Amino acid sequence: MAERMSIIQFSGTVDKLMAASTLATGAAAMGLEVNLFLTFWGLQAFRKDQIRTNTRFSADFAEFAEPALQAMQAKKVPHWLDTLHGAAEIGNVHVQACSMTMELFGWTLDDLDPLVEGTTGVASFIEEAKDDQITLFI
Amino acid sequence: MIAPTVAKEIDARGSFCPGPLLELIRGVKSVAVGQTVAVLSSDPGSNKDIPVWIQKARHEFIGSFPEQGYTRFMVTKTH
Repeated sequence: MAERMSIIQFSGTVDKLMAASTLATGAAAMGLEVNLFLTFWGLQAFRKDQIRTNTRFSADFAEFAEPALQAMQAKKVPHWLDTLHGAAEIGNVHVQACSMTMELFGWTLDDLDPLVEGTTGVASFIEEAKDDQITLFI
Repeated sequence: MIAPTVAKEIDARGSFCPGPLLELIRGVKSVAVGQTVAVLSSDPGSNKDIPVWIQKARHEFIGSFPEQGYTRFMVTKTH
């Protein structure tokens, strides 16, 4: 069976989304399957109407938000979604939406980036992730 | 050793981790078996990441050649 990394994406701030998409790319490059389980603000970040305008940043580092975002723009750091699409291009990347969050906020798959393949429950995510080599909560 | 002819050279200078590695993987995919790809990277992470990937992907690492402010990595596609 292929090695795999599973990420629970809870945060919807661009710094953490960048970290997740970079890790996903590294894992895909090294031949690991990647499972991304999107919940709460991590799922909201994949809404088509917010993906490109989201400039939220970790509140713990609020004073660094502006300079960090400016540096990313000045140095032409790719958008986290483009990095994730790159990971999907070179490897086996699966993105699933948390069904509870979808129902809570009344969202449908049409609201989300096409990278999100479907909706799943927490038990089936755990069933898949329990044997993984790497599991992360971001 | 005679340096192999480079079939494709990718300039990934200024691109951040994992950009240069991603570009190299795309480059290797796009050439035929036996051809050599070069990637130019100014990302220090590439010094470790690129050789590790080449080994994992079982291609032939020709070498890394430091230039002014960047490094040229060369790999021959083996399969």
